[in-house]
Amino acid sequence: MLWFKKKNRGVSQQTPREVPDGLWIKCDNCGEIIYKKQLDRTFWTCPQCGYHFRVTSDYYIRILLDDGKFEEYDTNLYPKDPLGFKDRKKYKDRLVAARKKTGLSEAVRVGIGEIDGIEVSFAVMDFRFIGGSMGSVVGERVARAIERAIERKIPLVIVSASGGARMQEGILSLMQMAKTSALLAVLDDEKLPYISVLTNPTTAGVMASYASLGDVIIAEPKALLGFAGPRVIQQTIGQELPEGFQSSEFFQEHGFVDAVVPRPELKKTVSMLLRYMYPSDKQT
Amino acid sequence: MPIEFILDFERPIVDLHKKILEMRSIASQDGVNLESEILALEKKLNKLKVDIYKNLTRWQRVQVARHPKRPYTLDYVERIATDFIEIHGDRNFRDDPAVVCGFATIDEIKCVIIGQQKGHDATENIKRNFGMMHPEGYRKALRAMKLAEKFNLPVVIFIDTPGAYPGIGAEERGQAEAIARNIREMARLKTPIIITIIGEGASGGALGIGVGDITMMLENAWYSVISPEGCAAILFRDRAFAEQSADALKVGAKDLLELGVIDKILPEPPGGAHSDYESAANIVKEAIIEEMKKLIHIPKDELIRKRIEKYRNMGVYGES
Repeated sequence: MLWFKKKNRGVSQQTPREVPDGLWIKCDNCGEIIYKKQLDRTFWTCPQCGYHFRVTSDYYIRILLDDGKFEEYDTNLYPKDPLGFKDRKKYKDRLVAARKKTGLSEAVRVGIGEIDGIEVSFAVMDFRFIGGSMGSVVGERVARAIERAIERKIPLVIVSASGGARMQEGILSLMQMAKTSALLAVLDDEKLPYISVLTNPTTAGVMASYASLGDVIIAEPKALLGFAGPRVIQQTIGQELPEGFQSSEFFQEHGFVDAVVPRPELKKTVSMLLRYMYPSDKQT
Repeated sequence: MPIEFILDFERPIVDLHKKILEMRSIASQDGVNLESEILALEKKLNKLKVDIYKNLTRWQRVQVARHPKRPYTLDYVERIATDFIEIHGDRNFRDDPAVVCGFATIDEIKCVIIGQQKGHDATENIKRNFGMMHPEGYRKALRAMKLAEKFNLPVVIFIDTPGAYPGIGAEERGQAEAIARNIREMARLKTPIIITIIGEGASGGALGIGVGDITMMLENAWYSVISPEGCAAILFRDRAFAEQSADALKVGAKDLLELGVIDKILPEPPGGAHSDYESAANIVKEAIIEEMKKLIHIPKDELIRKRIEKYRNMGVYGES
């Protein structure tokens, strides 16, 4: 119906946590008005068009780990300001604002949980924290998550959501790509499974490091993925980008994503894969 | 003749140089003896070069790193290596001319050289894509590295790129995957890797061939998570803030040494590498030989353990 037509209102920050009062939510993609309780049943995907609402790290913990139980580690690591960085705002102030807004200490959370009874080292990023950008703390937490998988001889599952490396930590952010990927070489040598789950968006520094190095790579439908941002590409080549460019489906078609899996199927898919890659005699 | 490319702060150097040339021509035409005056001016010129280059800002160094006359990978290869034989292609898609790979001998040490290559003129720049690699370039580089590993040859890398190419084909062929894979495989490559950043080290495009045992950097090169212009456009919302961005990002060689990201700064000849190719190449050559000689005797397992440990420890964070 015409009066429900989508209006472009920019990036939505709609999350389960951020809509405490409203009973009705409008789909960012098709404009359908959806009853909030129904969205809870559909894993925050639009029943009309299948659009995947952006959700929080809490939510992934709830839907992927058994009973939503997550033994979180490394919460004592906090970001510093090694460069004394200031653009229009001070980095320190951005950090304070991000903490206040999200209640999180950084853009990734790591720890141990179980997926259908299989113990995994689990990391989940949260886009709300400075665009899920990777600075020293994100790198260190992911590094420790990889090391925890190696020490306990358990699989690694990382859910990514990131705009890339955190510019405010300069070259140190770039080095987090090397740090995490170098440890993934060790994990790979140990023949332990790593499943990488890509959510909207996963781009740049994170996509060009651990997110692309899963033994199996799963993406939620229609997530924006890629190395360079669409605007940068558009400016470089000076022409319109094709429809569906840099979506999950685009990357599956070109051979860089194994499976595009809707959110309600995510846990089952990860669990099935782990059973192939991590036989029961290895499970505790 | 092409128009001379002169950076603002180079102007006094160029003017004085011209004056010396003029005096020379007067001396030879009129048979006047100006030797002592010329000698004094040449001394002054040298001091001027040293003084100006000693105090360059980060943004000025970025300009030097991008100087169209700056020596590129093949300029170094020509001067430091013998018996260079280039290899081409990733065996999957095509050859990427933005990166040069091949076997070479440096001071009797056989090795594999990999380096990003810009063009000295428009035609070559189009062919080389301004040193911006595509995924097949990263895959060619990895192929060359695997050959080095197989035949027990050290890898010598030159970094000089404004970034990995952001284009449709690059995304279709997995730019992110190619870079990620290179980073991981370089971390565990069973042969020494010696890296020299000779010009621009832009982000993932540089890191995609930039993981190794030792990282050296010419004093006017830059290396950063994003180009100063890119940072300016995003964080300052205006590309005109590139100079402020260069300072905020701390893109200079001294900064990176302090942050523990590089191991060594290589001094450039007075006036910058573009003013004296031979001296620049010699400095680079001596440094590479010194590092190769140290690294080739380290047992491979120890080499890799140390390499992974080095990157594992990078980053600055608090722990409460």
